[in-house]
Amino acid sequence: MISFLQEVLSYEFMRNALLAGVIVSAACGVVGTLVVLNRIVFISGGIAHAAYGGVGIAYFLGLNPVWGAVGFSLLSSLAMGYVHRKEKARADTIIGVMWALGMALGIIFVSLSPGYKADLMSYLFGSILAVSISDLWLMLVIAVVVLAFVLVFYRLLLAISFDETFSTIRNAPVGLLSMAMIVLIGLTVVISMRVVGLILVIALLTIPPAIANLFVREMRGIMALSTGLSLIFMVSGLLISYALNLPSGAVIILVASLAYAFAAAVKGLYEKRRQIKETAAQKNNFGLIR
Amino acid sequence: MDTYPEAPIISLHKIWAGYDLDTVLEDVSFDLFPRDYVGLIGPNGGGKTTLIKVILGLVPPRSGSVQVMGTDAAEGRKYIGYVPQLQISDKAFPINVWDVVSMGRIKPGFASLRLNAEDRQRVEEALRQTGMLALSKRSINEISGGQRQRIYIARALAAQPRILLLDEPTASVDPQASVQLYDLLAKLNEEISILLISHDMTAISAYVKTIGCINRRLVYHHDKSVSADMLQAGYECPVDLIAHGVPHRVFPAHDDDGGHPE
Repeated sequence: MISFLQEVLSYEFMRNALLAGVIVSAACGVVGTLVVLNRIVFISGGIAHAAYGGVGIAYFLGLNPVWGAVGFSLLSSLAMGYVHRKEKARADTIIGVMWALGMALGIIFVSLSPGYKADLMSYLFGSILAVSISDLWLMLVIAVVVLAFVLVFYRLLLAISFDETFSTIRNAPVGLLSMAMIVLIGLTVVISMRVVGLILVIALLTIPPAIANLFVREMRGIMALSTGLSLIFMVSGLLISYALNLPSGAVIILVASLAYAFAAAVKGLYEKRRQIKETAAQKNNFGLIR
Repeated sequence: MDTYPEAPIISLHKIWAGYDLDTVLEDVSFDLFPRDYVGLIGPNGGGKTTLIKVILGLVPPRSGSVQVMGTDAAEGRKYIGYVPQLQISDKAFPINVWDVVSMGRIKPGFASLRLNAEDRQRVEEALRQTGMLALSKRSINEISGGQRQRIYIARALAAQPRILLLDEPTASVDPQASVQLYDLLAKLNEEISILLISHDMTAISAYVKTIGCINRRLVYHHDKSVSADMLQAGYECPVDLIAHGVPHRVFPAHDDDGGHPE
């Protein structure tokens, strides 16, 4: 085992991958908690897929696709955030259209570009093993911005997530903070894209908080626990994928999904046992009364 | 009961409001004064929610004016302690009682990123007033519906409001807890005004000081009797009244003025 780890860590790409895992976990755990608690999983999926439009356009223009993804996800998160706030009745339809439009643009621009395009698959399915030093810097900057934002505005974010109407009546800056939150989701999507790919980003954002929410009853606790969980999934998924020679992004998500199923089952059993105990206790009480 | 030296806390004047082509409130005028305890009853779809949103400045009226404490609703709503109807989905949210109540201390803009000593004191006081201080560390899904309603009242009180505005306060609360809830409201009414909106006439008639009917139009005479024009204008509202067997002292034929039962 130790020699296996030594072997793994002797490669620069594995060290970078693990570092990326740590940074992205922190951003995903915190932002994913906001996504799950605000029930905007669909918007996150939309931003992630629409970002492919930016990848395609940047590729066509000969620019770094990552910057294309950053630009497009900022744009689409602003647009989707606006639709989500102003068009409550038809929001999901319009967001669904934007989701598909971004993808379509990406596919068209990629096909218009000449040359070999195998590396573009990495944006769809992730390529944590191909993370470069400049990617790591971008991840670090975005993760620090995300964490600082949540740390500073935690109290208002909690209030808005729990009861937006009441926060509005107290004249909290609800619109501004909600939009900022969605933009941060967009940025987090871009850095997660390098790890698991656009298609699987939703899973990375939602599974760890969903598991944490089963056991922790406070937002900050869920943020902390899902950061830890997502780190565990990334590292173990990465090692398993390396050992079995499988695509790392997919293995990470597979590990996370299995963990979710396991956690839900454990929670279910625990609840059942508690119920049985409670009914038994009640019966005993009745016995005493009689 | 007719003369009020003080200015109204809430004043609606000829309000028309609605959504798209649908008019929900027609020509609603209403004044609420200090220490009033008003129950507005009306059927579902009769504009209760819209009326609340207009008062809170969440839905701008098509015409007419809303004033809260002499200013427009968006500014004056800081004086309103809003107690929303319980939602089942709230229970799923991971938040504890203390954090819910401290939402009452949110100030405009970015002025309330952290609780200060005064905030904490107000939160504690509100929890004590509602008898919920012992539960402050509990998660919101570990307490009963009646306790959750009290927590929302505590959250409203933490803002030191001039008036409590309650939306269906006993809709999902068991009968015993709702009696205790009305006892609490009667006590709070010694200091602040209360406006309570519900579809359930029988639930509120015994506790409030004055009653009105809302069904698109508002009929309110600042007294406790259900008059003939209420019966006419209230549509389903009076049917609800009669069908539920309203305490008879609500009707004007009886000599007592509908004073609070002790």
